[in-house]
Amino acid sequence: MNTTLDVGFKKLETEKEDKVAIIDYNLGNLFSVYHACASLGYNPKITNQKADVIDADYLILPGVGAFGDAMDTLKRLDLVAPIKEYIATGKPFLGVCLGLQLLFTESEEFGNHKGLNIVEGVVHKFPSIDKMGNILKVPQIEWNQIFLTDKTKWEKSPLNCCKNGDFMYFVHSYYVLPSNKSVVLSTTTYGLEYCSSIISNNIFACQFHPEKSGQHGIEIYKSFFGQNVHAL
Amino acid sequence: MKNIRVIARLDIKGPNLVKGIHLEGLRGLGKPEDFAQYYYENGADELFYQDVVASLYERNSLHDIISTTARKSFIPLTVGGGIRNLQDIRDVLRAGADKVCINTAAIRNPEFIKEAVLKFGSSTIVVAIEAIKQGDGEYLAFIDNGREYTGVEVISWAKKIQELGVGEVVITSVDREGTGMGYDVELVKRVSEITAIPLIAHGGAGKLKHFVDVIQKGKADAVAIASVIHYNFVKNNRIEMANKTEGNTEFLESGRHFTRISEPVSILEIKEYLNEHHIGCRI
Repeated sequence: MNTTLDVGFKKLETEKEDKVAIIDYNLGNLFSVYHACASLGYNPKITNQKADVIDADYLILPGVGAFGDAMDTLKRLDLVAPIKEYIATGKPFLGVCLGLQLLFTESEEFGNHKGLNIVEGVVHKFPSIDKMGNILKVPQIEWNQIFLTDKTKWEKSPLNCCKNGDFMYFVHSYYVLPSNKSVVLSTTTYGLEYCSSIISNNIFACQFHPEKSGQHGIEIYKSFFGQNVHAL
Repeated sequence: MKNIRVIARLDIKGPNLVKGIHLEGLRGLGKPEDFAQYYYENGADELFYQDVVASLYERNSLHDIISTTARKSFIPLTVGGGIRNLQDIRDVLRAGADKVCINTAAIRNPEFIKEAVLKFGSSTIVVAIEAIKQGDGEYLAFIDNGREYTGVEVISWAKKIQELGVGEVVITSVDREGTGMGYDVELVKRVSEITAIPLIAHGGAGKLKHFVDVIQKGKADAVAIASVIHYNFVKNNRIEMANKTEGNTEFLESGRHFTRISEPVSILEIKEYLNEHHIGCRI
């Protein structure tokens, strides 16, 4: 009896057949994103192939590093059009950290760089001094709190497993400023109040790292995967 | 309010977690993976693995320990010890680390740090300074886990590190490390006054009030902790060593208490204490 149960359990844990693609563009720690997905029973593919991107059931754009470099690499790998094509299908998309920033129109990081322009807005650097005149350490490397902007929106998003004010792990020097405030899903304060996650149709993207935010963060992945692909 | 990170620092020799005094006289405490998992489940904001003999033997043997931990602990993991080139960084990240910490190779070749920052991004590169106070009150940076003299002065080196573009700095007081006498607040303060990047204080924590001192007076952004939490874990758990040939196992076998650390505490107790003193942190 026990053996049967064991086998059943293993099946549940390892046999999720949904295709999860993690975009590999030679930047940042893809492995922590991979491990987070694997811990939920998925077998994600770390890939830079167009076909994998388009065919995925869930697409994740992670990334730590420089905006300009990242865009150059995405262009060189010919992944800009496939990412846009995927998003247009309405299937769930997750952007993490730089993967959030790249969705925007442009960034002021080391000069000016054009982004994917899927979400209208700009990416700014944190000021070196806060409103009180104190030195603001940049990058922000901190566990910081996320606060909701709209309860209904929050409850329909992958953050529905979180409480208002939960701590998440952040590491970044730049923050996003969306033109359309209605995409802002959560805000966080570091020197100033800024947008720490967005939601826009099938796009969910966050500045913090859910894969590095302990059990709460893993719950966010679970709830991202909980979105019914075929119903969208 | 600023939020302080409480980082569990695990010094590793071969397959074992070890703890010394002034980075020397290493005692074996058990399997690092077990300690890491416990700290992950009990409130650590980050894990920090340091291979303490890597530079000496020019090796980096932590890969298995890193990947076991990365699969189960969903908090940032920094790995240091014996990282000499871009390939070493790539290997450690591939094993599952989020950041690498570099000391010896940074002092020997600062250009390497510049390249690493360009390649992997500021936030992936941490530089460690192992400081020893001199007779004249100045601090000098040492390498090879506090063993080798360089003549490099700590404050000017900290400025230089910042110019190289690294994401954060760990400052270790070799004089205080393992003693439980408290952080060298003066050292931390001097470095934090001239840096605009996050600063992790390490070496000397023995009592709860030491954390408040180094955060409020020293202006540390994060605290790295070893002895106080390790001895608390040892006190409350039955320990198994991964390998008895590396590190001194007498301490564990004898069942003695660690005499220098009079108040072993858990990470949660530290965080509650910080909150009581109006210092923000994740609980």
